[in-house]
Amino acid sequence: MFSYRIPLDEWITSLVTFMETRFGGFFEGFSTGISFMVTILKDGMLLPHPLVFILVISAVTWYMAGWKNSIIAFLGLLLTENIGLWIAFVETLALVLTAEILVILFGIPLGIWAARSNRFNAVIRPVLDFMQTMPAFVYLIPAVMFFGLGLVPGVVATFVFALPPLIRLTNLGIRQVPAELVEAADAFGATGLQKLMKVQIPVAKPTILAGVNQSIMLGLSMVVIAAMIGAGGLGEDVLRGIQRLRVGQGFEAGLVVVVLAVILDRITSGFGQRRSYNGRMAS
Amino acid sequence: MSDKIVVRNLSKIFGNNPGKALKALREGMSKEEILREQGQMVGVYDVSFSVRKSEIFVLMGLSGSGKSTLQRLINRLHEPTSGEILIDGIDITRLGSKELRKFRRKHFCGMVFQNFAILPHRTVLENVELGLEIQGVDPKKRQDRAKEMIRVVGLEGNENSYPDELSGGMQQRVGLARGLAVDADIMLMDEAFSALDPLIRRQMQDELLELHQKMQKTIIFVTHDLDEAFRLGHRIAIMNDGMIIQTGTAEEIISRPANDYVKAFVEDMNRSNVLTAGSVMQPVLETAFKGDGPRTILRKMRKKGLSGIIVTDTGRFVKGYVRADELADYIKKHGDMESIPFNDALLQEAAVVMEDTPLNEVINMYTDHQYGPFAVTDRHNRLKGVIVRGAVIAALSECR
Repeated sequence: MFSYRIPLDEWITSLVTFMETRFGGFFEGFSTGISFMVTILKDGMLLPHPLVFILVISAVTWYMAGWKNSIIAFLGLLLTENIGLWIAFVETLALVLTAEILVILFGIPLGIWAARSNRFNAVIRPVLDFMQTMPAFVYLIPAVMFFGLGLVPGVVATFVFALPPLIRLTNLGIRQVPAELVEAADAFGATGLQKLMKVQIPVAKPTILAGVNQSIMLGLSMVVIAAMIGAGGLGEDVLRGIQRLRVGQGFEAGLVVVVLAVILDRITSGFGQRRSYNGRMAS
Repeated sequence: MSDKIVVRNLSKIFGNNPGKALKALREGMSKEEILREQGQMVGVYDVSFSVRKSEIFVLMGLSGSGKSTLQRLINRLHEPTSGEILIDGIDITRLGSKELRKFRRKHFCGMVFQNFAILPHRTVLENVELGLEIQGVDPKKRQDRAKEMIRVVGLEGNENSYPDELSGGMQQRVGLARGLAVDADIMLMDEAFSALDPLIRRQMQDELLELHQKMQKTIIFVTHDLDEAFRLGHRIAIMNDGMIIQTGTAEEIISRPANDYVKAFVEDMNRSNVLTAGSVMQPVLETAFKGDGPRTILRKMRKKGLSGIIVTDTGRFVKGYVRADELADYIKKHGDMESIPFNDALLQEAAVVMEDTPLNEVINMYTDHQYGPFAVTDRHNRLKGVIVRGAVIAALSECR
């Protein structure tokens, strides 16, 4: 249609290159921090005998989500150990947890900010839309350029992918706190911080926790894709199954991802429900 | 009694160009026109009133009349567009945000809301502590105070319950205790009892009156219910369309409605409950003293065309009632005497009611006192006026 083609790809490439050369040091430091965190988590979880750790996870599941879920978790984890995917399982768990910690660290404050400022909300909304609808694979390319191959770009790509739901739900949760509750605190002369800590966050907690749950689930789906850039873990086994057309092997790894998803989902959604049920808080 | 809160020419426009709307209002544009042409909402327009110390002041109006907006202007939960709000002489519209917070902590017992607005994740005790917590009172002290208030509102034993374990009435007691716990003197109540069922509601109203007796807070109470307004309010401001139409005691509003709107409002009320003897009494035309002597008394009656007269002592204390026909007979019997002494047998027991006796009670006395007017007395039993029998019925039927 036009003889001139906008060189969008070149612009993006040069931007990424610019950032890489300009902020290389920062990315390197960040990279070290992330891989350190993943390694600590992974090694920590691999330290005890698998059976001990399986029992610990089952106990946590029992506490948070009842005995039925606990049995599912226990059997699923035994199976994982049995088919030799234990280490991959732990690697994936460490990766997801690291990404989720970052998501919580950034997502909740950004969500609160979005709830308190309509202007910021207007700015961040299209960004979140972009982050969520952009095909997940696309994140992998700049992630690799900034952080090289391996764990760290996997964590970063997972982080970017899993961040939006937490921001959205934190924002929503706080905006949905009944106006009268906030007015009640205001009428007593509460400061902004007091309103936030004593009223808005506690009342929005179930919604925020639903956001945490959603972001973990999304993160888990990204973790498998991240195996394409060498993030390791269960995704690698799935990928290998695809590349070598080994249906059985691929399914085995996929099944363990499902087990992990179920456990994380039950624990985190149990967390939200437990606390909001009867309006009660353990803390 | 001093004025605790003075509001002068207060207006609130919701919109992006309040000045323009105010100007249009001053030029006589209606609120509907402003909403249609400027897209701005007039919440409250040019309202002035004052609330006395320890008074229960009721803002009464239908939904959309601006009563809740007006209440929220008083503690600046809504930012006033123009006008002054003086509390203890300080114009709070001029306070900066930090000073305003301080002022709220010192002067306001928070608010009590229709839907209670207590925190679902906190126990009763923790909820009652909220205001004190915000003030930064130390935990031990605020717990003691909260426990005391929980006892005052009759919730002892429920300190560790969660709101969803309590009935509506109990939840509102928590809201009330939360306000009372704060050592301040102005309490704002927004439709506080409107969500409760009628029996509980009445009970809560009684308890509020009782608590008010004890604690003497200045209360601004918003309601859409005229019965409630008249029951609770020392004075009532009736609002419509963002303006106060009439301010006064229940009696003033009922007996002298400012316009047809108020009149229509009070028509549904059971007048006999609110009208008192004092509001229908007439001035005393003439009284007699025992020392007057029968002839003088009879002359007094003839002069004013009365069929009977109330006899008082010099301190205007009612002694009884004398009928003209009986007195005339008595004089005829002793007609030959130069000066006839007054005989106490002539005195009949007078029907005496206090100024603030409700009219329906006055009606009940009709059967006991067949003759004569009712003598209306003040608190010291001094004669203030009389009620002619017909006047009671007339006053009651007037508004039907």
